[in-house]
Amino acid sequence: MNPKYMNPYLAGFLLGLVLLATVFVTGRGLGASGALKSVVTSTVWAVAPQHAAAGAFYQGSHPQGESPLKEWLVFEVAGVLLGAFLSGVISRRLTFSLERPPHVKSWARVMGAFFGGALFGLGSQFGRGCTSGAALSGMAVLSAGGFITMLAIFGSAYAVAYFFRKLWI
Amino acid sequence: MGPLVPDLISNELNLILAFLFGIAFGFVLEQAGFSSSRRLTGLFYGTDFTVLRVFFTAGVTAMSGVLLLSHFGLLDMEIVYINPTFLQSAILGGVIMGLGFVIGGYCPGTSVCGAAVGKIDGMIFVLGGLVGIFSFGEAYPWVSHIYTAGSYGDLIVSQPLGITQGQFALLLIAVAVGAFAITTRIEKRANPVSESFRFPARIHRWAACGVLVLGVILALLPDRKASLLAKAADPAWQRTHPIQRISSDELAFHLMDRDPHVLPIDIRDAAAFAKMSLPDAINVQPAAMLGKEWRDTLGQDSKLKVFFARDEAGAIRAAGLAALLGYQNIAVLKGGFDEFSRTILQAPQPAEGLTQTADATARFRARAASQIAVLIKQGSGVKTERKVKKVQGGCGS
Repeated sequence: MNPKYMNPYLAGFLLGLVLLATVFVTGRGLGASGALKSVVTSTVWAVAPQHAAAGAFYQGSHPQGESPLKEWLVFEVAGVLLGAFLSGVISRRLTFSLERPPHVKSWARVMGAFFGGALFGLGSQFGRGCTSGAALSGMAVLSAGGFITMLAIFGSAYAVAYFFRKLWI
Repeated sequence: MGPLVPDLISNELNLILAFLFGIAFGFVLEQAGFSSSRRLTGLFYGTDFTVLRVFFTAGVTAMSGVLLLSHFGLLDMEIVYINPTFLQSAILGGVIMGLGFVIGGYCPGTSVCGAAVGKIDGMIFVLGGLVGIFSFGEAYPWVSHIYTAGSYGDLIVSQPLGITQGQFALLLIAVAVGAFAITTRIEKRANPVSESFRFPARIHRWAACGVLVLGVILALLPDRKASLLAKAADPAWQRTHPIQRISSDELAFHLMDRDPHVLPIDIRDAAAFAKMSLPDAINVQPAAMLGKEWRDTLGQDSKLKVFFARDEAGAIRAAGLAALLGYQNIAVLKGGFDEFSRTILQAPQPAEGLTQTADATARFRARAASQIAVLIKQGSGVKTERKVKKVQGGCGS
């Protein structure tokens, strides 16, 4: 483990430039949860096409004759995976590990990660995007919805942080 | 002018670009330390404010860049995807996501980064995310009314606050710099060995001054749209930049000829245009000329673009705006559509005892009235479509 990370302001500035370039070239911001949604909808279409055809949620996300995986965000998140991996290689941070404070049991961290992920996935659908797609990208284009979602995410997280402190400190 | 999608970049290339931008995104996120759930959640316990610093700095950088590019006419925000605002759903979603953040220790983008460097909890978070999205899909019929409630469309955050976008940017920058200063003190107290000590404070102070100056500049920038519209409407500017005027008779002559080098541009509202307009006319709202939508149409230099409204003054403003935007070969219809209707469309049959010239004019007008009426009838029902569509985007679409 190499704990040396980039100066957060420099990282933020670079991240902002990446986002700005994305908006300038492609007319849209960055995202993450949308790619997971494509994975879900394409799986449902592949496994249970009749069920998918009956549900408004899956219908809306199925472009005619195109695989839902041939989506901008799926390609982008595939890039995120590779980019983060390369960064891990360069900074020698690649390890198979379950990250948790010493007093937290493995199974507790696994449950937390799973249910936290499920809640985030659920919330990202209501919020029409997550911290990347709604909050950060929304901020770049001054979307009111983006700012509202951002305030709600961090407001709610601070409000409940105390009750889950045992998971982290 | 940006965005380069959809006119300059094909769909396939766009997917490759998505991959490349994704690589840059993932690389920076991981370098910032966002692959570690303990580092991310430090934000909520006062031990590590990295997330706040990276997130706010990135947001301020991208927002300032977007504002500057659009101010200088380099980025058309009419085309860029703006996350739509659905009030109830945005709040509910955010509250659920905040809970997920504290329990799971990641957000979707960072969990992908964590998974990429071998964090098992990151992989499990991604799996949980898929299950969460699936459960939303299954529950959709019961929650769709919440999902679609409180729609405000592409609302810009500064609008309901009653300030300009630049003023909002200054406000946000001030809040960000203030938050950076305060949280650094909190962090030093909560976590005395925090890494923030390692960064020289002097550089940070200069950077803070720099972004505040940038904020002031953004707040003082005049709105490009408003200033161009004001200039085009300014009588003094109109006097020094006269626009060619074309008479009803002359335009009628070109229309009867179906002259391909003359393009009538109706700037009245869509309802008036739909009711009746000149043959082969297109309907353009003056403000829409500021974007990319009509660039190809108005950029045809060989065509004489004849702007008309009900009266002449409205058309002069629109034609002046077109001239300010650099378009060539522009004219206005003298007397506007009202005069054209009166003298041509409702031309009386030639009376007896006119002088030779007056008689010729009257005969021409009567002929024009019947021919143009036929042309209008033929052309009616032809819709003018937007030339450039808005980019599709976002995670929820």
